[in-house]
Amino acid sequence: MDKNRRRQPKVRADLLLIGALLLLSGALLLVQRLHRTAGAAAVVYVNGERRAAYPLSEDARVTIGEGENYNVLVIEDGRADMTEATCPDKLCVRMHPIRYVGETITCLPHRTQIVVEGDAPPEVDIP
Amino acid sequence: MTRTRKTVLLALLTAAAMILSYVESLLPSPGVPGVKLGLANIAVIFALYRLGGREAAAVSLVRVGMVSLLFGSLGALFYSLAGAVLSLLVMALLRRTDRFSSVGVSVAGGVSHNAGQILMAMLLLETRRLIWLLPVLVLSGLAGGVLVGLTAALLIKRIPR
Repeated sequence: MDKNRRRQPKVRADLLLIGALLLLSGALLLVQRLHRTAGAAAVVYVNGERRAAYPLSEDARVTIGEGENYNVLVIEDGRADMTEATCPDKLCVRMHPIRYVGETITCLPHRTQIVVEGDAPPEVDIP
Repeated sequence: MTRTRKTVLLALLTAAAMILSYVESLLPSPGVPGVKLGLANIAVIFALYRLGGREAAAVSLVRVGMVSLLFGSLGALFYSLAGAVLSLLVMALLRRTDRFSSVGVSVAGGVSHNAGQILMAMLLLETRRLIWLLPVLVLSGLAGGVLVGLTAALLIKRIPR
């Protein structure tokens, strides 16, 4: 009896916490949705360093990295996707194709990131 | 609880946490990195409620170390560790306030685990863009946290001391 009465406020606190987190993530998602704009270029970062940029308007297939450790970036229908990788977890390959400014595909093992940016690259530099 | 009993219980919980991590690694992964159920947290929360904060930390940290040595890569260790430490701190703190049930504690743990991982990734990759993943990771931490919290609550209630 006493135990039941004591447990109620905890359930309410749990629900409040869950509600607050739902609101928070909902608000964040909404902000992202409102701010999203179609990107112009897929930019490759390795170790946080900008390596290359490819326009999303042109289909392309690029191999990032060399030798045994590489990732394959494919640009098709205005979207960038990682289709192949030699990393152990393959999380980057499972990630969905990206097309909006700020979206990323990250390969943590290779410290490689594809980021969609708003400005079209001035020139295409193939590494 | 005698020393031996406690040692055995801790070993059992750590083993359970490792097996849960392994089982979870067999599940198909969704398209976003960091999205997972966090089943191993069931054992950690059990330890937190039955034994205490230090014991829960031991189970969690040994689990993270062993699992990355056995199944993962050393690179992933830093992300897991950041998530584990932050979520341990948050869970131990909430447990101490005694305001939440194990579901609330677990939800806060799941969300802070994901936040810790993303912060570490932002630090290591020197990029702020990963913050983009945060809302999805908060939601997934929340969903996993509810499931884990309910399971842990059931086990804490049913498993005799």
